[in-house]
Formats: sequence, structure tokens, C-alpha cells
Amino acid sequence: MLGLNKHDMKMLLIVAALAMLAPFLLNPFPTDSAMAQFNAGYPDLMQRFVIFGIFAIGFNILFGLTGYLSFGHAAFLGVGSYSTVWMFKLLDYNIVPGIILSVIVAGLFAVVIGYVSLRRSGIYFSILTLAFAQMSFNLAYSVLTPITNGETGLQVYTSDPQYLIDDWETVPHLFGLVEMRSTYTMELGAWSFDFNAGYYLCAVLMVLMFYLSIRIFRSPFGMMLRAVKSNQTRMNYTGLNAKPYTLAAFVISGMYAGLAGGLLASMDPLAGAERMQWTASGEVVLMTILGGAGTLIGPVVGAGFIKYFENIFSKINENVLHEWFGFLPDGLENAVVWVVEHFVGSGWHLTLGVLFMMVVIFLPGGLVEGGQRIMRMLRGKKSDNDAEKTTQSTPAE
Amino acid sequence: MGILEVKNVNKRFGGLQALGDVNLSVEENSVHAIIGPNGAGKSTLLNVLIGKLIPDTGSVMFDGQSVLGRKPFEICQMGISRVFQTPEIFGDLTVLENMMIPIFAKRDGAFRMHAVESTANEKEIIEQAEHMLESLNMADQRHDHSASMSRGNKRRLEIGMCLSQNPRLLLLDEPTAGMARADTNNTIDLLKQIKDERDITIAIIEHDMHVVFSLAERITVLAQGSPLVEDTPDKIRGHPKVREAYLGESA
Repeated sequence: MLGLNKHDMKMLLIVAALAMLAPFLLNPFPTDSAMAQFNAGYPDLMQRFVIFGIFAIGFNILFGLTGYLSFGHAAFLGVGSYSTVWMFKLLDYNIVPGIILSVIVAGLFAVVIGYVSLRRSGIYFSILTLAFAQMSFNLAYSVLTPITNGETGLQVYTSDPQYLIDDWETVPHLFGLVEMRSTYTMELGAWSFDFNAGYYLCAVLMVLMFYLSIRIFRSPFGMMLRAVKSNQTRMNYTGLNAKPYTLAAFVISGMYAGLAGGLLASMDPLAGAERMQWTASGEVVLMTILGGAGTLIGPVVGAGFIKYFENIFSKINENVLHEWFGFLPDGLENAVVWVVEHFVGSGWHLTLGVLFMMVVIFLPGGLVEGGQRIMRMLRGKKSDNDAEKTTQSTPAE
Repeated sequence: MGILEVKNVNKRFGGLQALGDVNLSVEENSVHAIIGPNGAGKSTLLNVLIGKLIPDTGSVMFDGQSVLGRKPFEICQMGISRVFQTPEIFGDLTVLENMMIPIFAKRDGAFRMHAVESTANEKEIIEQAEHMLESLNMADQRHDHSASMSRGNKRRLEIGMCLSQNPRLLLLDEPTAGMARADTNNTIDLLKQIKDERDITIAIIEHDMHVVFSLAERITVLAQGSPLVEDTPDKIRGHPKVREAYLGESA
């Protein structure tokens, strides 16, 4: 169905189901319980899950398939956001023109940056993309202030032309049908679940983008990209110029990033230069590797993981910890809190760092490999050998 | 006129004359071996032939066209395929996929987003690849992960990948280096079979005399960057100059 085999179709359906049911799945704890702070089902965070999921899926098309590690993908994210906000400023609050423009502009940027950077491979390629991204960041931050509004960030003012604006438009919307921020809250006993229009728009797009990436992975084009990653020397002596293929992969992944940037600005009509900073580029690399580079579902898992940590772990502060460990004797309580507090709150990066190291050392295939190992253990010994065989013959899955 | 003509090629690395006045003519549809002791310039000559190194002077013509200054993929498109000292295959891909890549390259590339098995064109490519694997006796292994194969099978696959593009000249760089005796003999048999079945020119650089004398129709002996003699295997075997320069007392 849809040009997918059974296994891929199953994966697509799982991703679609997870995306559609996320408001329930991410709010498993009753609103008033002590665990409610681990609930991630609020619109702002759910939007980030799927938007960064799109970003990471796109990044994986480049890194996972061709092995070219770009350290500058945040540039495309930022360019996408700026394009969308400009459409808000010039036309009106309908998000469609903005999102289309963000993909196109990011694609054009990717053609230029990719054309130059792909002259080199390995670490030199990474450094070139990093340099381009930092140049873009600095241009946005200072030099191009008339276009980007510098360090304040680009936003919509009432004095903007907005040639197509109607009186009722005050926030981003889809053809006037629904506002991105409109949320329906369902109260169910002690639980409450938020259904946000913006989230569902992003989620549908993510499922579509996931589908597209499966198609790319399974196509002759994807096979050629895997060949490029596998052996450049043989590729060169196979009589095929690999550059158009790698450039196409670079541009496609840049357009994914542009789409993610456009969606970020559509949910919240702001664009700042910090979105293009190298830490943002590094984040998508972490997401992809943490989840499992070269696997289909890994980047989505990784994006969810990192965004969850960033938003949930960072909210745990000293008071919360004292509440948790209150049952311990005073001296011990203070000692435990003193240790743990470094790993939560503003120290959440420390936890992420430790987790990342563990994954890279013990699960080179990322969290997906972890999941596969658990599945294999559950299935028992006989199918164990079969499972190993399948992973061996299809290492990229 | 041979299919590959090397004329007056000189290459100097600093103070070292790696190649000095090399003239070489490889006849079409022959098996031509280039031998010589370590440091004789065999690898340098090979790198010149495939366009990796540009000689200081001289010309390298393949079928009337110069190969100098061309990119590797362009040289391959001219009809020269190269087999490497360590088998260069796509280790992350399955054996069948390995065989499909050169066929994609030979036909119309792979800029297509549909599933691999879904169209007639792709089915034809798979069929062609499977046919090639059958002729190599590797059909059973087609879904194996190619990196996990033995050295001899990797070599077999690599040669098959080159042949699937119907090259006019096959360049082999020490094809049996580091191989067990059985694998070496299999490779020799495979090359003999190729020679018998196809219109193909084979140029081979080799250390192993057993391989050279079982395959070659002409042999060029390189010593200190220059061709010492060029002749048939029988003449080379008994040639006093060659004994002196290369074969030593064991011959």
C-alpha cells in the first residue's frame, strides 16, 4: 500500500498513531498529582516535538544516508522562520504562503551552501557547513538588521503593510478556518488533555514527511546515497558522478529544515538569530545520533527525547527535589538533593550528556538499537538468531 | 596500435624518478601483465593510467583519447574499470545491491523515488544483477551483507561489479594480494573464464608469479621506473636481464 512494504507500512501507522494520540499519551498523570510535572502534553511542547521531529528526519536523509555530517543545518531552520515571518508582515496571518516560501528559500540556500561545501568530504565538509551557518547567524544578528531586525528578532508590528489583512486576523491561522493557538481542553475525571490546532497541523505534516523519507530510503536514489556513504572510492570508479546525488540529498534535508523553521514561526510569529546558532545545529546532530542515525524512526525518537529533557527536566528545581526526598533524614536529604540538583534544572544538559555518552558507547545504533535488543530478548532465544540475521543484512534499518 | 598507449611518460617525486620514459602498448583483447620488484614504479604507473596522477611529460591514450586530467568517473565511462588491491565494494549494502549500483550507473542513474522493485526498468536491473551473480556462482549469497564475506568472495564480487558495466579494459592491481591459495586459484580461474567469454582487454599488475604466468599473454617488466623488457611469458621466464633484476635465483 502507498508503495510501501508491510514492515514500513506498519512503522508509518505506528508513527501516525503516536502523533495523533500524543495529547493522551503525553499526559498520563492526573493534573493535580505530584507527577503532573512530568506531563508533556501541553500545546507548546507537543508542537516542538513534531517540528523538531521534521527537522531531524530531514537531517537524517543527509547524515544517515550519505554520511555527510552537516554542522550548519540550523541556518536553514532560521531562514525558514524569517521567510514565514516576512510573509506575515507583507501579506497576512495565513500560514500557507509563509510555509511554502520557507521551504523554497531554505532550498535555495541549501543549493548554494551545498554546492560549495560538497567539494570536500569528512571533517572539512562539516567545518564548511559550520562556517556557513555561523556566517548566516552573524548576518542575521547584525549585518542584515533591516531584514532580520537584528538581536531583537523579527516580529510582526501593527505598522507593517500586511496587504491582505482582514480585521479579524490577529494571530496565525490556516485560511481563516482555524487559529494555530486554538486549543480544546478535554476534562476526563482528574485528567485533562489539550487538543491544539497548531499541533495537529504540524503532526500531519510530520507524518507526511516521515512517509516521504521512507520512500527516499527505499528508492533507487536512497540506495545510491547509501552506496556513497559506504565506499566513496568504489563510487568514483563506478562511472557515476556522485555529486548530484549528494547535493540533492543536501537540498532535500535543507528543505525539511526550512519547513521546520517555517512551522516554528507559524506557531509563534517570531524569528530570532539564535535559531541559527551552532548550538542549534549541534542539537539536531545529537537528536539523530541519540535516536539512531540511518534508521527511519530514530530521529523522531531522538527529537522527542531531547525536547522532553529540555522542557521537563529543566523545570525540576531544588524545592521539588526537597519534596521528593523529604522522607530521608535531614543530613542525607541535603546530600542527595545536592548531588541530584546538578543533573536537573539548568543542569539538565549534564544528564543529557551522560545519556548521550552511554548511548554512543553501549548502543552505537542509538535508542532504536536499544529497542531492538529489548524486543529480541523478549522474543526468546530461537528467534534471536533470526533477528540478528535481519539486522545484519539490513544494517541501515 | 594498442587499445592503451603509454608514450614517453615521466613522473618525478622530488628527487625520485618514479617513472622514466615509460612506453607501453596494450593490445586489444589481450592479457597484459606488468611486473617488477618493489619500488619499480608499478603503482605509480597504474595511478597514471587511471588519471589519479598526472605525469610530468608524455601521454596516455585509451582508444585514441587521452585519459590525462579526467575525473575517475569519466575514465570509467570511457570503458576502463578498475579492481583494487584491497577489494573496494559497498560494505554496508547487500551483495545484490552492490551489483545493482554499477548497473544503475551504466544505465540512467538512480534519480527515482519509487520503491526499488516497483517498475519494469528496475526489475530489469535486478534481473541483470542476479544474472551476473549467477555467472559468478554467488546467487545464494545475494541477500548477504557484503562486508561479512571472505576476501576471495569480495574480490569475485568486485570483479563482477566491474564486468557488469561491460568495460573494454579491466585494470587489476594485485588482485590476489593477501589471499589464501584456494582463493587465489579461484580468482585465476575466474579471470581465465572472463578472458574466454568476453571481448575484453585485461591489464594486471601482480607480484605473484604463479598468477602472472597462468594468465598473461604479454609481460612488461618494470625496473627502477623504466620498462626493462616486454615479451611473452616463455621468453620472460628465461630472460637473463629479468632474472638478474627481478626473479633472482629462485627462478
